[in-house]
Amino acid sequence: MRDDHLLTAKQLSREDVEEVLDRAAEFDADPSAFGDRHEDAILGLCFFEPSTRTKMSFETAIKRLGGDSVDMGTVESSSVKKGESLADTARVIAGYADALVLRHPSQGAAKMVGEFVDVPLLNAGDGAGHHPTQTLLDLYTIRENAGLDDITIGIMGDLKYGRTVHSLAHALTNFDADQHFISPESLKLPRSVRYDLHEEGANVREHTELDEILPALDVLYVTRIQRERFPDENEYQEIAGEYGIDLETLEPAKEDLTVMHPLPRVDEIAPEVDDTDYATYFEQAHNGVPVRMALLDQMLEADR
Amino acid sequence: MSDHQLRVSKIPRGTVIDHIRAGQALNVLAILGIDGLGGETVSIGMNVPSDRMGHKDIVKVEGRELSQDEVDVLSLIAPEATINIIREYEVVEKQYLERPERVVGVLSCPNHNCITNADEPVETKFEVLDDGVRCEYCETIVREDIAAHIAVE
Ligand SMILES: [Zn+2]
Repeated sequence: MRDDHLLTAKQLSREDVEEVLDRAAEFDADPSAFGDRHEDAILGLCFFEPSTRTKMSFETAIKRLGGDSVDMGTVESSSVKKGESLADTARVIAGYADALVLRHPSQGAAKMVGEFVDVPLLNAGDGAGHHPTQTLLDLYTIRENAGLDDITIGIMGDLKYGRTVHSLAHALTNFDADQHFISPESLKLPRSVRYDLHEEGANVREHTELDEILPALDVLYVTRIQRERFPDENEYQEIAGEYGIDLETLEPAKEDLTVMHPLPRVDEIAPEVDDTDYATYFEQAHNGVPVRMALLDQMLEADR
Repeated sequence: MSDHQLRVSKIPRGTVIDHIRAGQALNVLAILGIDGLGGETVSIGMNVPSDRMGHKDIVKVEGRELSQDEVDVLSLIAPEATINIIREYEVVEKQYLERPERVVGVLSCPNHNCITNADEPVETKFEVLDDGVRCEYCETIVREDIAAHIAVE
C-alpha cells in the first residue's frame, strides 16, 4: 500500500500533526493567496454517504488551491446502485483524479480502497471507524484555543459509535493531554479503541457524569447522541438530556473552557451557549477548509 | 502418543492432530473445511484421557497434509496441539504450533458493518494479539470463541 494515504489518525505522529497544522495556519491567514498552487489538480470525491459539509469543505479547499473536483454524485444515481463493487468504483474514479476523498458507511472501507488505488486517498469517514481529517481540524482548533500540551480534555456523548471521538483520542496520545471520557454506560468507548489507548500508555479516565470532571477541563468536546441508537424513544430522551449542556451546566467550568462539537448538533448544546466565549464549534467548522488545504497540498506535492 | 492414540486406528498416510483441547475437535475439522463431503477418511477421538491435559481430542485425516494457513488458525483455537505428519504408518514429522502474527482469509469478521462482509474483492486479515485477534480493516477485537468465526466454505 502507498504510505501517503491518510486512513486513520493512528498513523499520524506528533511531527506529522504539527506539520499539517503549521501549514494550515499559513493557508488560514490568507486563504485566497494560493490559487496557483495546484492549478491542474483534480480531486475525486467519492461520497457513499451524504455529508454536504465535509464534501463542500473539500471542494472549497481544492478550489482555493487552484484545482477542481469531480464528484460521483449520489449513490442512488450511480453505478453502485447497479451492484458495482466499491473497489471497482474507486479504481475507475482514481483513473480520473490526482487524489481521492472517500466517505463510506462500512468500517475499513478506506483501508480496502487504499489497497486498490494508485493515487493518494483521504479517508473522510468510514462507518464507526475513523475520520482523520476531522481530527486534524479538531487538533487545529484545540491548539489555537488551549494548546495541545498540558491540557485536560473531556470528550462527551456517543463514544461508542462516534468516529470523530475515536480518531481524536488516538491523535491526542501524541500530546501531553489528560483524556476524560464521559458517556452513558451503553455508549462507552469500544474495546478496540480502549485497547489502542492502553497500548499507547495514554492517560485516560472514564466517567458517567460530567460534573465529576467539568471544573478541571480546559476543553470539552461534545458529540451528538443519535436517536437511532435507541430502540426506545424515552430512553433516548433521558440520556440525551443528561449529556447536553447549557449555561447552568457550565457554571462550575473554568473561565477559559473551550467547548467544541463536530456539528451538526441537535440539542446537546443549548443555543444560549453560542454567545459565550466558551463556544468554539463554528470556528472549528471553519477550520475545516485550511486544514484540508494543508492535507491536499501535502499529498499533491508528494505525488508530483 | 502411543497408547491413547491407538484408540483410533493407525493411518497409512496423512495428518494426526493430537493434544487438541477437549471439545475442540469439531472446530478443528471446521478449520480444515472437512464436512465429510470431500471424501477424506477422518477419525476423531474426543475426551481421550491424557497424562498431560487430563482429557484431549485427536483428529486423524487420511491422505491430507495441512497448509500453513490451516496450521496458523489451528494455533489460535488449539495452541497446545501437535501435528504429526504420517507416511507409511510412521510419524515423519512433528510440528508444534506457533502463533502467527496474522491470519489471512480464514476467519470472518463478526462486525456486520465491516467492509470484509460487503461482497468486495478482499480477503479478511486478522492481526493476532496476545489474547485474541483483531480485524485489520474495521479493528474489531475478537477474544472469545474465535472458532465461531472460522469462515467455512
Ligand atoms: Zn472487520
